[in-house]
Amino acid sequence: MSTETAEQPVAKVAKAEGLFSKRRRKIVSDPLSDDNPITVQVLGICSALAVTAKLEPTLVMSIAVMFVVVFSNLIVSVIRNLIPSRIRIIVQLGIVASLVVIVDLVLRAYLYEVSKVVGVYVGLIITNCIIMGRLEAFAMGNKPYDSILDGFGSAFGYAWVILVVAFFRELLGSGSLFNFKVFEAIGIDNFPTVGLMTSPVGAFILIGIVIWVQRWRNGYVEHQ
Amino acid sequence: MEHLINLGIKSIFIENMVFAYFLGMCSYLAVSKKVSTATGLGAAVIFVLGITVPANWLIYELILKEGALTWISDDFATIDLSFLQYIMFIAIIASIVQLVEMLIEKFFPALYGSLGIFLPLIAVNCAILGSALFMVPRGYSLGEATVFGITSGIGWFLAIIALAAIREKLKYSNVPAPLRGLGITFIITGLMGLAFMSFMGISI
Repeated sequence: MSTETAEQPVAKVAKAEGLFSKRRRKIVSDPLSDDNPITVQVLGICSALAVTAKLEPTLVMSIAVMFVVVFSNLIVSVIRNLIPSRIRIIVQLGIVASLVVIVDLVLRAYLYEVSKVVGVYVGLIITNCIIMGRLEAFAMGNKPYDSILDGFGSAFGYAWVILVVAFFRELLGSGSLFNFKVFEAIGIDNFPTVGLMTSPVGAFILIGIVIWVQRWRNGYVEHQ
Repeated sequence: MEHLINLGIKSIFIENMVFAYFLGMCSYLAVSKKVSTATGLGAAVIFVLGITVPANWLIYELILKEGALTWISDDFATIDLSFLQYIMFIAIIASIVQLVEMLIEKFFPALYGSLGIFLPLIAVNCAILGSALFMVPRGYSLGEATVFGITSGIGWFLAIIALAAIREKLKYSNVPAPLRGLGITFIITGLMGLAFMSFMGISI
């Protein structure tokens, strides 16, 4: 039902402005680097680190977050003029929580093994600051189509960082990628895996290094 | 009693909310620049966790769990509402935080001055919702849930104060520019987590 209501404004805007105009491409591309939710805005760290010990749950988590952020952005944007501003946080939490219940039930039905690993962290998407942050900062003041693009941008920015972290954690910690034993396949037996990488400590240090490299590349410096 | 103390030690040191489960990271990173504000937020987290975990336990055991509604009528024995736990827990947390904020403002204005601004932040702190969600599969009793809530809060409190103290000292050191702020904070948190790993296996 919500998609039906969303289509009208999209069609109207498309006439005035290209479907992928420069401004719109910027909405999607900004969160990938200059305005990255994890490395620059420091949002959504909680769930980002907990699932990254292996690539498979990380990929599932990225898709789950993408689904929730895109649809919650869309729904909030469609009804943004109907939400009384005093209770908007509760309304937003209610919308996000309902979407998370859908994700959780789908995961349990079709990807039971992964859902056991991801566990409570799917529930914690509700309090993922990226989602609340995008709803407050973007969807409450913009048209539905732009909000969808913004959701995709933020979700991709989140996904690439946690996928990089998961890549190194799984490669160095378990010597595999997507549970495929890489080092044995290329003929190196007894690769010395780093147990620290599978523990939370490895995740903290690794994400510190990812932030370092990413900020060194885009020149962002935080003033203390 | 001894069992409860062990549970408390486990949730403060061994399974620390921040270092073992990455919960409450957003406010942990954002509000750890000064020790005084970190103390205020930490105290508020202990307070809210101590109330919401038992409250959510009651909701889960009396309403959501499969067969929990039998206290109304035997006809409801097959009803399983546990899929509603996310929505219920977050609603309970948000409303309790709101209620606590109003009560503190009315009866303890001095405390409100120091804790008040942090309370709205806490509704979206993952440590609060996370503790409620951890409590369910672990099958705690009401007493255990209360101890678990309070001690998880204490663990989080310790972590944020320690980080804030280190970051206050860090102002005087020359950190490479891109690593400044968030990057170095993560690496420090990693090293602190390494130190907390040494508590593993402690019990009375």
